[in-house]
Formats: sequence, C-alpha cells, structure tokens
Amino acid sequence: MKNENYTAMKVKHTITSILKYASLILAAIIVIVPLLVVLFGAFKPLKEFSISGKLDIPKSLYLGNFVTAFKDGGMITGLKNTVIIMAVSLTGTIIFGAMVAYVLNRFKFAGKKVILGAYLGAMLVPMVTTQVATFQIINFLGLYGKLGAPIVLYLGADVMSLYIMLLFMESISVSLDEAAMLEGASIPFIFFRIILPNLKPAIATVAIIRGVAIYNDFYIPFLYLPDENKRTLSTTLYKFMGPYGGQWNIICAGIILIMIPTTVIFLSMQKYIYSGFVNGSVK
Amino acid sequence: MFKKLSYKKQEKVIVCLFLFVPLLFLIVFTFLPALYMFRLSFVEWNGFSGVKKWVGLANYIEIFKNPDYFKPLLNSLYYFVGGLLQLVIAFYLAVLLNSKIKGKSIFKALYFFPFLLNGVAVSLIFIFFFRPDGTLDSILKVLGMGGFIQQWLGNSKIINFSLAGVSIWRYIGLNFIVFLGAIQSVSPEVIEAADLDGASEWQKVLYITLPSVRSIMELNFILTISGAISVFEIPYIMTSGANGSSTFVIQTVNTAFKFQQVGLGSAMAMVVLVIVGIATIIQNRFFKEAE
Repeated sequence: MKNENYTAMKVKHTITSILKYASLILAAIIVIVPLLVVLFGAFKPLKEFSISGKLDIPKSLYLGNFVTAFKDGGMITGLKNTVIIMAVSLTGTIIFGAMVAYVLNRFKFAGKKVILGAYLGAMLVPMVTTQVATFQIINFLGLYGKLGAPIVLYLGADVMSLYIMLLFMESISVSLDEAAMLEGASIPFIFFRIILPNLKPAIATVAIIRGVAIYNDFYIPFLYLPDENKRTLSTTLYKFMGPYGGQWNIICAGIILIMIPTTVIFLSMQKYIYSGFVNGSVK
Repeated sequence: MFKKLSYKKQEKVIVCLFLFVPLLFLIVFTFLPALYMFRLSFVEWNGFSGVKKWVGLANYIEIFKNPDYFKPLLNSLYYFVGGLLQLVIAFYLAVLLNSKIKGKSIFKALYFFPFLLNGVAVSLIFIFFFRPDGTLDSILKVLGMGGFIQQWLGNSKIINFSLAGVSIWRYIGLNFIVFLGAIQSVSPEVIEAADLDGASEWQKVLYITLPSVRSIMELNFILTISGAISVFEIPYIMTSGANGSSTFVIQTVNTAFKFQQVGLGSAMAMVVLVIVGIATIIQNRFFKEAE
C-alpha cells in the first residue's frame, strides 16, 4: 500500500516535471526562433537567401551583408550620432538627477513640496503625445534637425532618474555630511567628494535604464532628426525598409548589428541589469 | 569661494544653483508643451501659418463624432487583452523558474532579453516573421500545418492579434523579472511551514506566491491600461497603421504631423493625456496603499 502510494507520487512528480520543462522550453523557443532566423538570414548572400528556406542554416559565414549594412546603409553615421546623443544625455541626466536629489533630500527650503509635486506631476504627461506641442517649442528654439533636440528632450522629460537617485540618497547617512562639515568642508565639496561617490549604484542603475531607453528610442530622432547625416541607429535601421526592401538579407544584418551592443552589455552586466530594472520599475 | 560663506548661506546658493537648470528643463520640455497643447486643442492651425483660428470645443466634438478618429481607440482592446495575457504568462513562467529547475539562469536571461532590444529591430524581426513565406509560414510548413497559413499582416481580422503578439513578446520580460524578484523574496520558512502542513504545489502558488505579488499585479494592471492606450511604435513601424491596425496615437501623430491639423491632433493628444493621467493617479494610490 505504502509502496503504491510512493509510485503514484513519483509518477505525478515526473509528469509535473515534464510539463514544467515543456512550458519553459516552449517559451524559450518562442523567444529564440524569430531571432535565430534573422541571424541565419544575415549570413546568407542574396542568391542563397532567395532560394534557401528561412529556417536553413547558412552554408558559410558570409559577412558581406554586414559590410553593406554598416557602410552603405549608413550605420556608421547612425552609430556616431547615437553615441554623441547618449554620452551627453546620460551625463546630463546623471548630474541633474544627483543635484536635484541631493538638494531635495538634504535641505529644507520654501517650495520644496511644490518641486516634488512637479516631478510627480511630470509622470502623468505621456511623452509620445505631447510632441504635437513640443515640436513647436523645439522649432522655436532653433533645435529642429540638430542633435541638441533629442538631448534636451531626454534631459527635460526624465523623472525616473530623479526617483532612483532620491531612493539611494536616503541610504546615504547624513552623519557623513556632518563629519565633513566638522572638518570645515564646503557644501560643493561634500556633494562632489562624498555624495557622488556614494551614489555610484544609483548612477549605474540610471545609466542602464536610461541608456537602454535612449539607445532604443525611435520616435524622438524620427521626428526631430530627418536629415540623413543626423540619423541615429534606430532611424537608420528604419530607413532600411525602403532601399533594401528586396534584400532582406541586408536588413537582417542591420538588425543583428544594432543588437550587438545590447547583447554584449547584457551578457557582461546581467546582475546589474536585472536589479536595475526591478528597482526602477517597482519603486 | 564657498569656504568663506556660512553653511546657511552656502545652502541657499546651492539649492538655487542645483535646482535652476533641471527645473528649467522640466518646465520647458514637459509642462510648457502640455499647457501649450491644451491651448492648441481649441484652435484650427496648420502648424506654420500665423493664423490660429479659435474653434472652441469643435476639435473634441470631431474626435467623438468621426469614426476615423475614435475607431483606432477600440484597437487598444487587443493590446489590453494581450497585456493581461502577458501578465498571466509572466507570472506562470516566474513561478516555474522559482522551483527546482536546471538551467535557471539561461531561461531567465532568455525571457528577459527581448525587453532590452531596439523597437525598430523588434518590428523588423516580426515583419520578417509574419510576411508571406516568412518565418512563421516556414515553421507551419515544416510542422505539416501549411493549411493554417494566413495573411498575418494583410488580413484586417488577424493583423491586430499578430501585432499584440509582438507586443507581448517584446514586453513580457520586464513583468517576468519583476514577478520573479517578488516571488523569490518570500521567506523560505513560510514555504517550509506550508510543506510541513502538506500543502500541494497548487495551494502554495494560490495562497503564498500569488498574494506576494498582489500589489505588483495591481500596479501592472493599471500600467496595462495606459500602455494599451498609448501603443505606437510596433504598429507604426510594422504596418504604418494600415489594414485596420491604426492606434489612437498613430492617428494623433498623423493628424498633427502628416495632415497638419495641429489643433485636432492636440485635442486627440489631450484625450490620451487625460486617460493616462487618470490611470497613473490610480496607480500611485494603489502603490501608496501597498506601502
């Protein structure tokens, strides 16, 4: 009797186990297959691409598509512009976020509640739709068609960074500030030499979350940077659909190229990325 | 320079200095556009002429009278239902990965990875996936199910399901990783106690795991609403809103920038702003209660 029960339990356990793995593997296949097929396509010369099945493994590691996508497709220019925009916006966002978080967390002053409320209120404004009016402002400032347009927009509509910084500020003990004051340190010294170094985890989180968002953004550069030599990686790839509409092997190569930095960063910083996004989205 | 000032004075200078530029940016690029848009929603204007004709509520009336404008709003339903499905699947996968499983970190990385990908890349990947004789059709043929092949992006009855599917594929990773984090923070003693009491796997999920993610579930439910209203990128890049796949935001962008009806476009944008605004306020309430 006891033995029968044991076998029944074991069978049940095995079945659940199989179902578990079946679900997990099915989900993994759904994630991988669309990507894998594009990876295969990127290595096929046009002729092979046209006659071979989509699911066929490429016959050779042909790199011509990548060269075409990178050089003729303008991904070099796209990369350059994306790097400039990211570098300036991320630096700015981190400095802005740290400064505001420091002031709001450490000092009492008139209007503090209003400012906190303003940042909270800014979360209610959906960026995609306000562009109808933002466009006029950018135009008025003479920034249309310049790399400055996305930069100021990424800086001016970012509440997330401040919240992450504020959260971390709370964990930096005020006694650090007080000790420095006893030694006669000035407030700017305290901010740059004590607060900023202690904010490092917050800075990393902001850099990851905002970095991914800016690298992947399509709409802002699409709207404000129509010139060919001002395109970012996203808008460059978007434009692939026109001239390379008949050459999906080159589009595939472009897709893979744009994914390389993301993949490298993800694989090398997995832990930080998980915790960054979990903290950033829950808090 | 600062050392000579008293701390009180330094404090005042720093407060002004550190807040001035960030606040200026916030006002000019977030609040000014919202206010300006509110004003523009009452005028008729092509975006460049000097004349802005005041039309009162006419733009708002037009939105709800003309089906061309409010119909795309209904397409949000596909993304809303898709979003709910996404939450369920993400929770299911998180529960599975919380049990004893081989290759845990590989599964975790795989499920999260699409969330990091470029939206244009994702859109192109899925044009390739759904186009005639593309990835999906090839798979169906290999499986001997060639009879099921459809015009995935050409048939107006199917297109929104295809696009909502892409949306799930792209965004599920974040829900999954957040759920997993919450589930893993349940203390092992609680689970052990349940095991001692002879609770089944199913009971543990129902009475321990699910309550542990409840507030996050609610938060995400609200986010699903505002997300479904503001769908833009995937359908815009993949189909430009063709074959009945237009969304309210695509329609807004086209109205304002393509057809240069800035007033009408602004009114449509105000509708989105109000809906998303309400959803966000409710979400913050929920969040505060949970705290």
